[in-house]
Amino acid sequence: MNIAAPQASALQDDSIEQPLLSVRSLTRYYGTRIGCADISFDIWPGEVLAIVGESGSGKTTLLNCISTRLPPTSGTVSYSMRDGVLHDLFKLREADRRFLLRTDWGFVHQNPADGLRMAASAGANVGERLMAVGDRHYGHIRETAIDWLDRVEIDAGRIDDQPRAFSGGMRQRLQIARNLVTAPRLVFMDEPTGGLDVSVQARLLDLLRGLVNDLGLAVIIVTHDLAVARLLSHRMIVMKDGRVVEQGLTDRLLDDPQAPYTQLLVSSILQG
Amino acid sequence: MNAQQRTSTYNFAYLDEQTKRMIRRAILKAIAIPGYQVPFASREMPMPYGWGTGGVQVTAAILGPNDVLKVIDQGADDTTNAVSIRKFFERVAGIATTTKTSHATIIQTRHRIPEVPLTAGQVLVYQVPNPEPLRFLEPRETETRKMHALEEYGLMHVKLYEDIARNGHIATTYAYPVKIEGRYVMDPSPTPKFDNPKMHMSDALQLFGAGREKRIYALPPHTQVVSLDFEDHPFEVQRFDKPCALCGAEQVYLDEVILDDRGNRMFVCSDTDHCESRRAKGYRGELGGAQ
Ligand SMILES: Nc1ncnc2c1ncn2[C@@H]1O[C@H](COP(=O)(O)OP(=O)(O)OP(=O)(O)O)[C@@H](O)[C@H]1O
Ligand SMILES: [Mg+2]
Repeated sequence: MNIAAPQASALQDDSIEQPLLSVRSLTRYYGTRIGCADISFDIWPGEVLAIVGESGSGKTTLLNCISTRLPPTSGTVSYSMRDGVLHDLFKLREADRRFLLRTDWGFVHQNPADGLRMAASAGANVGERLMAVGDRHYGHIRETAIDWLDRVEIDAGRIDDQPRAFSGGMRQRLQIARNLVTAPRLVFMDEPTGGLDVSVQARLLDLLRGLVNDLGLAVIIVTHDLAVARLLSHRMIVMKDGRVVEQGLTDRLLDDPQAPYTQLLVSSILQG
Repeated sequence: MNAQQRTSTYNFAYLDEQTKRMIRRAILKAIAIPGYQVPFASREMPMPYGWGTGGVQVTAAILGPNDVLKVIDQGADDTTNAVSIRKFFERVAGIATTTKTSHATIIQTRHRIPEVPLTAGQVLVYQVPNPEPLRFLEPRETETRKMHALEEYGLMHVKLYEDIARNGHIATTYAYPVKIEGRYVMDPSPTPKFDNPKMHMSDALQLFGAGREKRIYALPPHTQVVSLDFEDHPFEVQRFDKPCALCGAEQVYLDEVILDDRGNRMFVCSDTDHCESRRAKGYRGELGGAQ
């Protein structure tokens, strides 16, 4: 398999005719307990999909299966690689899968410590993926890191500080920069604003929305916060007990929910 | 030396034959896959781990009755560690020992490679405390094994990046990581980076034993060994301003010796055999005395 080094991400003509990622009948059991069951959907280049649902509804399980971090019990996940062909991800060699994860994909964890190297400097955190794909020019790596810190509103003067010395919001922004530096086409996020104060959340969401628009990123974001889904996503999947109860365009779904469970969810947030 | 006075209560070279065979199998595997860390069932040796039990086990496994053994610690044959290991093998194997690099068939070392180029047929055995070059940023053993298997070595450059960011240059001076035959990244043990170029395409066989960590790895003769670096911060060995104060040697690794409590110091060869051989041939440095 030949996976080209990532270039600037864009909606290329040939990639628009087929989904970027295609999930079919995806099921994951933990023993006899259902993690998620019989999930199918497509995501297109540049599209933001929110997966919402209450705690324990299977959002993280689904996200981890799609991103190949967790093997599903059954079902398939196919991805349109840069060769333009849809590949079954669980039939790829592990080396190719891991390469994909650190080049063409990003994964933003709820807890930044899970996605950052806390003992390495901010610059090294951003530069790691560049070095992983073979950049061997210190000056270039550093320049790129400074540029990315700027884009996520971290002062360049902090480049040699470790994320330990950063606030929660800064850590999360650093984690985002670290993921975006290789211009991925698809980014997975699990409750990226989860542990943050409300005002810090708002700023991060604003930043995320800007980056996603500018870069034409496709994003699959897990959240239990419908406000986050409304602000960021084009489309939504509502989950309950491991299954999809409703999916559709975010505006339509929030304004006119069909499933009783979604109606309940929407009304509960409206009532605050 | 007292080659005939082997203590007969031990098997030759202390380890039993079965253990030696097990270690030799690990060594053969290591030679077949240069730079790859082969796990082995490290045995308790009659000395503490910090004393190079990995190197001692490798030496014990390859030693034959006609071998001539040299043991160095930081380049010197006369430190406590080197002397004890040499005595140990004299006692349990009854073999001949030497301090002369060129006379030795096996050289066990901690922290240095001799200055005189090693020759075909010689074996250099390194005592290794930490065999895993990726451990610095990745504590999980399962993960580092996978990274080696999949050639995911970006982390090594993260380490060098941090070095430059902090110091303005690559400040790693020992245990400087190398890539073997374009494949495995390897920790050369805590030798100074000055010695890295000597590993490259050496005529000798190089074996590395880590006792506590239970790993053996190897460089067969004529193996490509490249020190990692950046295009704009290329690998460089340490340079010394002056030659050895005793023998006048240049382009050798020097140790600093404090001469008095008023801050006077001199720099002398860390390879004591090299220094003595040169002085025997009449070479003198500025503090080397009259010829
Ligand atoms: N490692 C595991 N072992 C066993 N059961 C698990 C495991 N992880 C999740 N589950 C179960 O699978 C179901 C879905 O869990 P999951 O973590 O995917 O939900 P979630 O929607 O992400 O919840 P939250 O909003 O609390 O993060 C739950 O019933 C959970 O208890
Ligand atoms: Mg979750």
